[in-house]
Amino acid sequence: MTDSVKNLNGITLNNLYEKYPDFYIDIIQEQQLLIEHDIIVLQHPFYWYSAPAILKEWFDLVLQHGFAYGEKGRSLEGKQVLSVISTGGNKEVYSKEGRNHYTINEFLVPFRQSANLCRMDYLPPYVIFGSHTITPAEIEVHSAKYKKMLTALRDNQWESSQLESVEYMNELTD
Amino acid sequence: MYNQDFFFQALIYLAATVVTVPVAKKLGLGSVLGYLTAGIVIGPAVFGLVGSEAGKVMHFAEFGVVLMLFVIGLELQPSLLWKIRRSIFGLGGLQVLITAIVLAGLALLFNFKINRAIAIGLILALSSTAIVLQTLTEKGLLQNAAGRSAFSVLLFQDISVVPILAIIPLLATMNGKIDFSDSELNRITDMSALSGWLQLLIIIAVIAFIIIGGRFIARHIFRLIAETGMHEVFTAMALLLVIGIALAMDKIGLSPALGTFLAGVVLADNEYRHELETTINPFKGLLLGLFFISVGASINFALFIKDPFLILGFVILLMTVKFIVLFMLGRFFRLRKGYDYLFAFLLAQSSEFAFVLISFSKQNLLFDEHTAGLMLLMVTLSMAISPLLLIFNEKALAPFLSRKQNKTEYDYVESSDNQIIIAGFGRFGLVVGRLLLANNYKVTIIDSNPANVEILRKFGFKLYYGDVTRPQVIEQAGIKHAKLVILSMAEYDEALKVADYIKKNYPHVKILARAKDIYHAFEFFKRNVNIVQREVFDSAAELGEKALVQLGFTRYEAYRATRTFKHHEKQVLLDLYTLWKEDENRFIQETRRFSEQLSEMLQAEKDYVIHETDYAWNVNSIMEEAESENDSKSKGKNRKK
Repeated sequence: MTDSVKNLNGITLNNLYEKYPDFYIDIIQEQQLLIEHDIIVLQHPFYWYSAPAILKEWFDLVLQHGFAYGEKGRSLEGKQVLSVISTGGNKEVYSKEGRNHYTINEFLVPFRQSANLCRMDYLPPYVIFGSHTITPAEIEVHSAKYKKMLTALRDNQWESSQLESVEYMNELTD
Repeated sequence: MYNQDFFFQALIYLAATVVTVPVAKKLGLGSVLGYLTAGIVIGPAVFGLVGSEAGKVMHFAEFGVVLMLFVIGLELQPSLLWKIRRSIFGLGGLQVLITAIVLAGLALLFNFKINRAIAIGLILALSSTAIVLQTLTEKGLLQNAAGRSAFSVLLFQDISVVPILAIIPLLATMNGKIDFSDSELNRITDMSALSGWLQLLIIIAVIAFIIIGGRFIARHIFRLIAETGMHEVFTAMALLLVIGIALAMDKIGLSPALGTFLAGVVLADNEYRHELETTINPFKGLLLGLFFISVGASINFALFIKDPFLILGFVILLMTVKFIVLFMLGRFFRLRKGYDYLFAFLLAQSSEFAFVLISFSKQNLLFDEHTAGLMLLMVTLSMAISPLLLIFNEKALAPFLSRKQNKTEYDYVESSDNQIIIAGFGRFGLVVGRLLLANNYKVTIIDSNPANVEILRKFGFKLYYGDVTRPQVIEQAGIKHAKLVILSMAEYDEALKVADYIKKNYPHVKILARAKDIYHAFEFFKRNVNIVQREVFDSAAELGEKALVQLGFTRYEAYRATRTFKHHEKQVLLDLYTLWKEDENRFIQETRRFSEQLSEMLQAEKDYVIHETDYAWNVNSIMEEAESENDSKSKGKNRKK
């Protein structure tokens, strides 16, 4: 899926596990990347209802007080954040009646609030459900949608009212 | 003026040392040859600055040998000594016995009477402890097979000086010319008037005293003295100890060197061992130097000029006999791979004990003036020649032998389609190889150390004995279809050559290299080999990390601090490389290399400030803000976090 977007104009792929195999995150460089971009996409599997450890470490270190939040921390103000996640369970599992009892959006509250604290816009997430049973053909479909979504966001094709109206970004790309 | 003469002599000896020894070292000749040359230069043969007293100086300076054996004893744990008992008595015993018999036989051919022939054989069979041990220490050879064997032989020879001293008067009586009386024997020891049993009892008592005193009492005395905090008293104590033992040994008729050696071994477990060693070392070094100088100065060139070819012939005959006996014994005791030659060359000269024994024989009228003079000259010349022989062995023979050996024994590397070649499978390559093997990769391993190959094969590693600097070996190893070549060999310059060869002929092959230091790493960078690992950097940094933990860092803090340091080092490295490239032609002296590297590295480090990574957990700014929020809370404003 990342292959489909890595060579797009205006889009930078920042693979944390590849860059920091020892979890030693270069804070200055990561902050610089944040400053240079308007939309931040957090793409990751939905491990234990949250992000993989390295992304949490990235949050801990990069989003410093005085940089991302706090009285003087306004570097990220007005930028958009978007979670792109893949889950093993299907959509039905993520509901009050389902095995996981809560919806994806409910699980994502810490991300949403982190974005709020940094004065950023948290967009509805794009979710790939049922990744355990996904077929190559379905991945192809998702890749195409992913690419379409990113270019649309890049080119400001969607009104903010449109973005606010959906629960998942998937709805806009269908 | 007071003692002017003494100071003038001292001036000459010291000046000669300071001038010749560094030159000899620079030329790779070793210090012994430097001292000997110094002695010849200041001696009667050239400048004549020192004259007849050189002999007296020599006897005084022989104390250097005593000190040396003490220091060597300090480095030798008793258990280690016990381990080499077989080679002391077997190898040493056979060497003295066989050499003495052959030399005595030769002496008989030159029309010496049997008693004199035996004395000549025994005296000349000994080798020079001073020269051999000094050379071994200087070249760091005490630990290898040849060095250890030589040491065992020397130890036995030291022991055998005592019975030889006892035999000489007996041999003298066979001359029939003089009446052998008690007075002759009195010269050996003061206690010979006592009965044999009593003598033995005294000897045992003295040795027991040394062992018990050294084991149980010395520690407390040393501590008392160390507690005074006056270093010179400790020095005095150390010298007192050695001189005391030497005198006691002399009194009971044992070799002083042997006695102090024993004392050294007893003190090897002592906590003041190191202190003793550093205290004694300068005295030992100076006295030994003095000894070698006086040997050089006492070479009787007048006698030599009279009949140079005959004397030279004798010396060559003497050394050849000793060499052959030693070489055959070395082979018999399984010394191989050039060690047999080294061992034989090491011990082929005559001993400083010969000086004592020859003059003692002369006193006993066993030798006449002429024979004694001739023998002294032979001994001195053999001592002067022996460092030259060692240089010949080191520079010409050993390389030739190893080349010859290598040519015949290299393995044929079977062609295989392994994609990974590891060149050099020692301490470093082994780890790399194990990691790859553990991940189910097949590797072709080449190593140039036959002993290594043998051991690793026993553990089931598939590796070949070969020299990767030779193109056919690396071709056979399948460089054509290799993906990776890992240069983990310790032959650093050769590794660069291999890299050159591969880059030139197989540019597609990735090279991963082990570097000795940053300059070596730069050499690889220059060849476009960019995956380079400095062999000690990471381990050292990790030990530093452990130090931080001991200093109270949490393990994660220490880990992060080390990570920071390593990443920062990468940047320093790149900067230094740019600098280095700009000024590549700069001549860097090998000896200054390390300190230069250090100062450049520290300089580059100054230009960076290691940025505060853990700023994220630095809560100060948050606390400050929280405080100001609390202040404003009263105004009804409430904020999160």
